[in-house]
Amino acid sequence: MDMFLSQMLNGLQLGSIYALVALGYTMVYGIILLLNFAHGDIIMVGAYVSWLVMAQLGLSPVVAVLLSVAACTLVGVLIDKVAYAPLRNAPRLSILITAIGVSYFLENGAQLVFGADAKRVPAFTDLQTIQLGGLSLSFPAVATVLVTIVATVALTLLVQKSKLGKAMRAVSEDMGAARLMGINVNSTISFTFAVGSALAGIGAVLYAMAYTQASPTMGMMLGTKAFVAAVLGGIGSIPGAVVGGLIVGFAEMVVTALGLSVWKDAVVFLLLIIVLVVRPTGIFGRTMSEKV
Amino acid sequence: MTEKRPIISAGGRGQGAPDARRTLPMPVRYAINAVLVLVILVVGELMIDGGAITRYQSTVLEQVGIYIILAVSLNIATGYLGQLPLGHAGFMSVGAYGCSIFVIHMSEALGVGARDFVTGTPVTAALVLGGLIVGGICAAVAGLIIGIPALRLKGDYLAIITLAFAEIIRVVMLNIDGVLGIELTGGAAGLTGIPSYSSFLLVFGCVALVCFLTHTMMKSRHGRAILAIRDNEIAAEATGVNTTYYKTLAFVVSAFFAGVAGGLYAGCIGVLQPAYFGFMKSIEILVMVVLGGMGSMLGSALSATVLTILPEALRAFSEYRMIAYAVVLILVMIFRPQGLLGSYDFSLSRVIERVMNRDFPWTRRAARADAGKEVGDDGR
Repeated sequence: MDMFLSQMLNGLQLGSIYALVALGYTMVYGIILLLNFAHGDIIMVGAYVSWLVMAQLGLSPVVAVLLSVAACTLVGVLIDKVAYAPLRNAPRLSILITAIGVSYFLENGAQLVFGADAKRVPAFTDLQTIQLGGLSLSFPAVATVLVTIVATVALTLLVQKSKLGKAMRAVSEDMGAARLMGINVNSTISFTFAVGSALAGIGAVLYAMAYTQASPTMGMMLGTKAFVAAVLGGIGSIPGAVVGGLIVGFAEMVVTALGLSVWKDAVVFLLLIIVLVVRPTGIFGRTMSEKV
Repeated sequence: MTEKRPIISAGGRGQGAPDARRTLPMPVRYAINAVLVLVILVVGELMIDGGAITRYQSTVLEQVGIYIILAVSLNIATGYLGQLPLGHAGFMSVGAYGCSIFVIHMSEALGVGARDFVTGTPVTAALVLGGLIVGGICAAVAGLIIGIPALRLKGDYLAIITLAFAEIIRVVMLNIDGVLGIELTGGAAGLTGIPSYSSFLLVFGCVALVCFLTHTMMKSRHGRAILAIRDNEIAAEATGVNTTYYKTLAFVVSAFFAGVAGGLYAGCIGVLQPAYFGFMKSIEILVMVVLGGMGSMLGSALSATVLTILPEALRAFSEYRMIAYAVVLILVMIFRPQGLLGSYDFSLSRVIERVMNRDFPWTRRAARADAGKEVGDDGR
């Protein structure tokens, strides 16, 4: 029973990290229809910043968390301004290839600066387990789940209730019409990138907490799987990203628990293919009719 | 303001009607190109035999040829069909494993040693050709299995589903031995003992064949249908093009050639590991196609050549190579999204015809300016 509960918590933890990253994918895709391949690598940047601040500079974990999130936000906005903004009206394929280029750049840049081997990120807290009734639960896992819930609620409020959120929804619905209504489209897009990247920064801290390492290519698999999660849930939908993330997390947990961990990547991708074939817009996705 | 051209031309250069233009008959065109390819193959082979090209250089040349096939084959799906598959390395790995497993097991059954592949006997030639075809067919089957569900989706979804399939292929190659209980792919340790059957002649013979087949396909009715789908899928469907059939066809042909290239790759490096065929390999091939110009076979071939030779030449800067790749990719997309050559393709016959007609760029520009003036005069 205890074993089962801790496995469930592991799945929930992994799923929460995927969900946070998937939220970033979903927001960017929702607004400019761009599959932001570099999103996974933004997480890598965040993890390296955590490592730099704590292991190299010896500052407190609180500073590390703040700096990681700030660095991710900055990198995200910078990528948008430098690489994507000049291509706003270009064919989709060109922007997609640019995104692949940015991802490639970040990965190899990190490899050049920090070396190819993984760096060990120190523990954020001394507290490793917490007692709840008769159960002892892993503290990072509980923190991850709680942070994800808070972040999702905050994001939903931001998108649904605030003025900026209204602008974001308007731009994602019709960019031209939004511009005519006096919405500053470029700054709205930048804001979307900032929010998505900040979420990735939080994801990076939680990832570093769970797996205590940073490596140049860590963003690749994590990002790809988070994207799978976003597509599973229906890209462009916030609850979809969370549900998708949890599904992917649990699927991996189940496969690992069955002793088939070498197949877990294949299972996740197979899940994606099945969902895309059966329901091409994902679980919560809206069907878009094609204009001629 | 675009240049005005007369709608009904009376041959603006006072040289008679346009149908008086002298052209080369098709058999002559084919003959010229065939002779050219033969000359290149023979000269290359003689230089290798004579020692003018070292063993190392000829290995690099073989890799250039393999990457040309990969880039040209991806160009079918990217440049001509207008989709973005991110799993080309997956097809390549299926072809590589299919071909080398066939060759290894058949040569064991027929009692052919590894030495025979270097010297070359009729049996080994047949084995290698058979292996390449088996590899190509394996990859084509994989392409068909992937293509049918994938091509129902568009753009990014297609990109991500092909990426997913390529990753699944990699995981399967890694773990299939444990499931089947027999030694097939060798898992993470890799498949060893592949005879080194790739040679300059074989690789560049395949390059010529692949380019020829691709070219003729694209100039045929089927190629036009594929181009029509790229330009506007809905319009193509409305004019009676069976879009599903032609999309799958282009995808399968692209996968087949990638499989052949994989087979050649296996014979060139001698060891296969699933890790060789990761996402990065797909991106590397994609960079070649994008850089050269999507839809230009010459562009794909040229950038494949440059991007294979350059890293060898700049071994000292290998750390910066990948960053340079990334920066170049971004810059090209921002400043020249259609690629360096766009959709321009070189045709020797066209050049010869131009010379026959004394139709040079400089005379033509003057003629076009004259024609524009005529129209402008009538119009106003």
